[in-house]
Amino acid sequence: MKAKKRSNGETIFNTVNCFMFLIYTLVCVFPFYYLFINTISSNELTGLGLVTFYPKDIHFSNYMQVLKIKGLPNAALVSLARTVIGTLTTVVASAFLGFLFTQKQMWGRKFWYRYIVVTMYFNAGILPWFITMMNLRLTNNFLAYILPYIVQPFYIILIKTYVESIPSSLQESAQLDGAGYLVIFFRIIFPLITPILATVAVFSAVNQWNSFTDTLFLMTDSKYYTLQFVLYRYLNEATALASIIKSTQGPVTLDVKSIQTPTSVRMTVSMIVVAPILLVYPYFQRYFVRGIIIGAVKG
Amino acid sequence: MALPFLILTFLFSYLPLHGWLYAFYNYRPGIPLRQNEFVGFYWFTSIVSNPTQTAEVLRVLRNTFAMSSLGILTSVLPVIFAIFLSEIRTNWFRKTVQVLTTLPNFISWVLVYSFAFALFSTNTGFVNRILMQLGVIERGINFLASDRHVWLTMILWSTWKGLGWNAIMYLAAITSIDTELYEAAKVDGAGRFSMMWHITVPGIMPTYFVLLLLQIANFINNGMEQYYVFQNAINKDYIEVLDLYVYNIGMIGTSFSFATAVSALKSLVSVFLLMVANGLSKLIRGESIL
Repeated sequence: MKAKKRSNGETIFNTVNCFMFLIYTLVCVFPFYYLFINTISSNELTGLGLVTFYPKDIHFSNYMQVLKIKGLPNAALVSLARTVIGTLTTVVASAFLGFLFTQKQMWGRKFWYRYIVVTMYFNAGILPWFITMMNLRLTNNFLAYILPYIVQPFYIILIKTYVESIPSSLQESAQLDGAGYLVIFFRIIFPLITPILATVAVFSAVNQWNSFTDTLFLMTDSKYYTLQFVLYRYLNEATALASIIKSTQGPVTLDVKSIQTPTSVRMTVSMIVVAPILLVYPYFQRYFVRGIIIGAVKG
Repeated sequence: MALPFLILTFLFSYLPLHGWLYAFYNYRPGIPLRQNEFVGFYWFTSIVSNPTQTAEVLRVLRNTFAMSSLGILTSVLPVIFAIFLSEIRTNWFRKTVQVLTTLPNFISWVLVYSFAFALFSTNTGFVNRILMQLGVIERGINFLASDRHVWLTMILWSTWKGLGWNAIMYLAAITSIDTELYEAAKVDGAGRFSMMWHITVPGIMPTYFVLLLLQIANFINNGMEQYYVFQNAINKDYIEVLDLYVYNIGMIGTSFSFATAVSALKSLVSVFLLMVANGLSKLIRGESIL
């Protein structure tokens, strides 16, 4: 009797527990779903807020229409370029520095390591940073999306910790065979640390793709606008957006459900901004998790 | 060979510190610094001596303290989330929940704002639509342009974005707890809740403590992105935290030097807080957090 009572309690607990998590998971996922069903529903119904739980009057023309908006393909290109170039440079630099700081023969190793790591803990503030970027001619300059992010202490720590876990005998035997640092780095270390490099790469790529404030501070020329920044403007400048839509749509007579409205443009651009994250995320989730856990060991 | 990287670090992390000099001048953008009037500590003292500026700074500090305190209060949520999630025995369900609840962490604040826009706008937003259909309200509520419950909505959005992700650290800590402890407790007749309370909770307390200290160290660094995208003329009085205030008056407004003074003070205080948190950690855990 007693045993049965306890298992009843267990069942109730399990059910309630799973139910709570189910609700919260739906809360997390619903906004993504809601925007998506709205972008593929009739724009007329979307504009009235009539699409709530499932798509109505399905069409896919929004995704083609939105690309005709002036400046949007360029913004997508800028976002893509900074993500690809920024990630590559950060990964290579972090790998190299992370390796270098494990080499006991490096001149002033401890000092230079601290010199880089300590920058995680102080910050001059955005105004001095802005002045500096201006003096370096990095306003309205694509390099502003790349150069400041190349050396990142957190990634260097991650990689250094990982390299330290590789048996030093591997490197020593290569040295006995007369291999120099570069050879050791590229031939021996690099292939062994690819898992942690993948972690750094996904972190860096997501940060680059999501970055918004640097465009806000540094770029006034619209040819350097990123997708995030363009989306923000669409959300906040309703009248400007309406006129942009008007000028791109022209006199073409379209089916009423695919005529662009501010709401449909906002939602479609949002889906375009989130799509790469959604596509990449399921595969790379474990890399993110590894990053945060290794980082915690010596963060 | 490391030289180019050391130079980059200097240019983007150390060189900006010279910008604090601007706090000692009456700087007008466009004019070289040296040709501006040198005012010494004028901007620093004006924080306390000029009543309007004092009021402004106090308002901004109030918001900063409110948001950070709420952040510290809600820091137990990921702990609770992790403890209860690890009680789920169905593997696929637990993993799916974990993956889907960490997803919001990887989208930008602009996108979160776009979601908020779609879900909460006055007449066509999902929430107003549903409430009107249910007859709870007659006319749409303008949730986004409202000065009521600003702190609460901000903490709700950051919880939505960060809860699942912040729980990961605790989930990892829970899996590293020795399973023999649970087995021994079971033999002694411990129930589920008592095992959660007497084994799981103490097992993840060290992790919680470290993260809490880091949060205290960052007490005045709320960042500005979230508040910038959500701010509007109506909620501005409640949403402006220090970082956003510095941007608003320095970059948008014309008080560049005053804003620099405020932000330099902020940087110094936050380094001090970090030292305090680190000292506490050494004292209590015998280990530094840096």
